[in-house]
Amino acid sequence: MTYAYYPGCSLEGTAGDYNESTQAVCRALGVPLKEVPDWVCCGTTPAHETNQLLVTSLGVKNLASARSVSDKVVVPCAACYNRLKSANYEISHDKALKAKALNAAEVSYDGDAQVLHVIELLVREIGLEKLKAAVKKPLKGLAVASYYGCLLVRPERIMKFDDAEDPQTMDQVVAAVGGDVVDWPGKVDCCGASAAIPHTETVLKQVNQILTDAKACGADVVAVACPLCQNNLDLRQLDIRKKIGKDHNIPILYITQLVGLALGLSASELALQKLVVDATPVLKAKGVL
Amino acid sequence: MARIGVFVCHCGENIARTVNCAKVAEEAAKMPGVVYALDYKYMCSDPGQEIILKAIKEHRLTSVVVAACSPHMHEKTFRGTASRGGLNPYMCEQANIREHCSWVHESIPEGTDKAIDIVRTLVAKVMRDQPLDVIKVPVTKRCMVIGGGIAGIQAALDVAAAGYEVVLVERQASIGGHMSQLSETFPTLDCSQCILTPRMVEVAQHPKIKLYTFSEVEAVSGYVGNFKVKIRRKARYVKEEVCIRCGLCTQKCPAKKIPNEFNCGLDNRTAIHVPFPQAVPNIPRIDRENCTWFQKGKCGVCKKICPVNAVDYEMEDKIVEEDIGAIVVATGYELYDIAGNDPNGLYSGYGEYGKGKYADVIDGLQFERLASASGPTGGEIRRPSDGKEPKTIAFLACIGSRDNQKGISFCSNICCMYLAKHAMLYEHKVHGGKGYIFYMDIRSGGKSYDEFVRRAVEEDHVCYVRGRVSKVYKRGDKIVLRGTDTLLGRPIELEADMVVLATAVTPSPGVEKLAQMLGIPYDKYKFLSEAHPKLRPVETVTAGIYLAGCCQGPKDIPLTVAQASGAASKVLALLSRSELEREPTVAKVDETTCVACWCCYEVCPYNAIEKKEIRDRKGNLIKMVANVNRGLCQGCGLCAATCRSGSIDLAGFNDEQLMAEIEALAQVR
Ligand SMILES: Cc1cc2nc3c(=O)[nH]c(=O)nc-3n(C[C@H](O)[C@H](O)[C@H](O)COP(=O)(O)OP(=O)(O)OC[C@H]3O[C@@H](n4cnc5c(N)ncnc54)[C@H](O)[C@@H]3O)c2cc1C
Repeated sequence: MTYAYYPGCSLEGTAGDYNESTQAVCRALGVPLKEVPDWVCCGTTPAHETNQLLVTSLGVKNLASARSVSDKVVVPCAACYNRLKSANYEISHDKALKAKALNAAEVSYDGDAQVLHVIELLVREIGLEKLKAAVKKPLKGLAVASYYGCLLVRPERIMKFDDAEDPQTMDQVVAAVGGDVVDWPGKVDCCGASAAIPHTETVLKQVNQILTDAKACGADVVAVACPLCQNNLDLRQLDIRKKIGKDHNIPILYITQLVGLALGLSASELALQKLVVDATPVLKAKGVL
Repeated sequence: MARIGVFVCHCGENIARTVNCAKVAEEAAKMPGVVYALDYKYMCSDPGQEIILKAIKEHRLTSVVVAACSPHMHEKTFRGTASRGGLNPYMCEQANIREHCSWVHESIPEGTDKAIDIVRTLVAKVMRDQPLDVIKVPVTKRCMVIGGGIAGIQAALDVAAAGYEVVLVERQASIGGHMSQLSETFPTLDCSQCILTPRMVEVAQHPKIKLYTFSEVEAVSGYVGNFKVKIRRKARYVKEEVCIRCGLCTQKCPAKKIPNEFNCGLDNRTAIHVPFPQAVPNIPRIDRENCTWFQKGKCGVCKKICPVNAVDYEMEDKIVEEDIGAIVVATGYELYDIAGNDPNGLYSGYGEYGKGKYADVIDGLQFERLASASGPTGGEIRRPSDGKEPKTIAFLACIGSRDNQKGISFCSNICCMYLAKHAMLYEHKVHGGKGYIFYMDIRSGGKSYDEFVRRAVEEDHVCYVRGRVSKVYKRGDKIVLRGTDTLLGRPIELEADMVVLATAVTPSPGVEKLAQMLGIPYDKYKFLSEAHPKLRPVETVTAGIYLAGCCQGPKDIPLTVAQASGAASKVLALLSRSELEREPTVAKVDETTCVACWCCYEVCPYNAIEKKEIRDRKGNLIKMVANVNRGLCQGCGLCAATCRSGSIDLAGFNDEQLMAEIEALAQVR
């Protein structure tokens, strides 16, 4: 079955490595993806804070378009995933808003495109057994702390992704590809993304805490599923060293990059060179690369 | 000719503030059929009722309209007055000019006009009232109590003490409920077993109490004073009459690795087992799902070893029927299983506390078992993971309770108290042990309760931290808690050896099915609803069915027992009567015009419509008609409104009366 694929803006920009690794993994697993035709912004942050009609219209526009490809749309970015899922939720709970949004977007759509995160694609569509069977180079000995952040799991009532306080889905993927699952407390802590511009100190404090927890619990790397989280956790390590004086030096990989490694894909296929904190030393040390 | 008296009440200021009562009386006096009208400050008071009595006599009244509050409030009162004045009580009507008028209007002209309209309607109705006689029904002088926790035990003993028979139905293999699991009880720290077990034994030995354990109510029909109940006695595979309680079977059973429910999974039991040593009745039962004989067809050790041949693998469930006059529901509670999964399987809800993930994160009842002398550790506080004595325990209040986000907004009522007790017991038992209680606020409103909490703080130096814990995780063999101290305004981190969660109190599973069977309402959490939150706390809206204990809401033992005795007193008031009187305002079918379309049968919420055969003298069926069971009918009027051939009328609210009311209302002023 072909899945509609909604990359979103981040994956075309800063998170190109997430895009490349997602597509590479799907190719390797024989899952055909077809990009949503004429997709537009998902409406995250600026729109959803200020204009409900706008954000819902953007959502239904993308979903209607996705629906023309498949009844399931795969979304790697946690923020896009959150927005598109919320659009489905809102139109099914508010008839008036639905009518207005469909009218504004000039589409017809009935909430029947199922929005899937890449992790859901791996766990619920492809299935852990199949994933396990496809593993060529298990991530043996690599301790992975799965970091979910906020948008993937919250609000629970809409996202229905997993337990919002102690999610396990990403950990299951890590275990399936042979990594050591780290039980740690930072899984769903906020990385501070929304304060990135107005109050950078908050972000540094948050990220510092998250990385401290991950390391204290024995993590070699952190797995993420959101471009914004990746950015903060990875890029801010420099600033943390300068301003807080703590050198974490812990690689932050997209979950798709880790899965790709286990499937035997090369570092360049997975765009590992784009990471700020170089993952190669630890991956080499653990014999994964 | 009707001679109607109209009495307008001021209800102090309640009505008089927005209704000119004198004017209403004056207008009423001009209405057709009215021979006397008067207003007075408090019509329901003694002098008020005297006025009515006197007027009935002096003006030879045939019917009375009292314009006052809602009939819910005082219809009984005023009909009683009319009756004492020699009238048929149903010749007295109440016009509601308070809830329906004065309370919802702001100006006197408006209020007064509307009050006059309301009075006119009731005058039109009362003119067409017929004397009605109350319906008498017999009473079966037996009571059924459902649930054998402390609530059910207390209610059963109280009713039996008055000499009436009680049928006590308990779902588990033993009575006792949760109280039998408790260690010591607040606020006096007396041993729970020591105060409970004598009562359990008393139940078993009482000649008036018939005990059905491991049984459930299967069906209920009938009505107050005349219920018919079917009870399923689930197969124990051990003959109760034969077993001599030697205990050989439970010692020799080879299936020994089954989590012991009574000890909340903290140790194991055998497949054939007695739930706990003090169980009543002290008879084993075989847990089929875990028994090698039932699952694999092999073993049979218990049967071989039983010296009196009491084990019977062929035993089947039995249905028994009982005639019952009154029912007390006492099905208790269960703790909210936060480690369990959400019904749609996607998320579980409270993962941040590590319940189900870390063995040393336990709930309140598990702690009770650890602290209990009869528990798996003999009363020593040892943590489940490695049996070590915990040096620090964190107790977390309000887990699942008072959390609108996740669905339970109520306060579970008992947790503040039992956490204080737990921390206290812990510090008594483990020298140098330190207990921390994370709380939102402390609710200790019962008698001697706040003193108890102060004792925990001041004498036992339990450390109370105001704030919520946001996550719980492992560091080595310690459990780390992160949260906020909202008094210091600071995030805090605590390393503990064990965590006790005070999870929410929720109604016993399956209680909604029972409630539907009984026709009693429940709230959105499935706690059973009392008839009135203040004035009728142990009654349900269904006559003859009463509530006791935690099935109605979370509560401690003193309140549970008080409520159970309250329910018992209501039962006794009912059973001590030779016959019951029921409101005669019930439906009646005109058999000559009924066409047996059964629309009434479909709509009746009380199953009061019966299908009746009409036969000629030779016994040939002439036709079928609907028939109203006057015992079951609640007079809601649905059937009358639904009847296509207009064959059903509701006594006291017949079509003629209702039309007259509408016409009176529609009359142009
Ligand atoms: C951790 C903890 C500590 C506590 N400590 C104290 C304390 O120190 N002091 C204090 O005053 N209170 C304490 N309490 C409260 C106390 O447990 C309750 O007040 C009391 O047990 C309520 O009794 P009950 O009979 O209403 O319910 P339960 O004890 O729950 O009994 C209900 C009974 O009904 C049975 N039942 C359920 N459904 C059915 C059905 N459909 N058919 C037949 N039978 C059914 C159940 O099997 C059970 O036997 C504590 C509670 C907890 C959780």
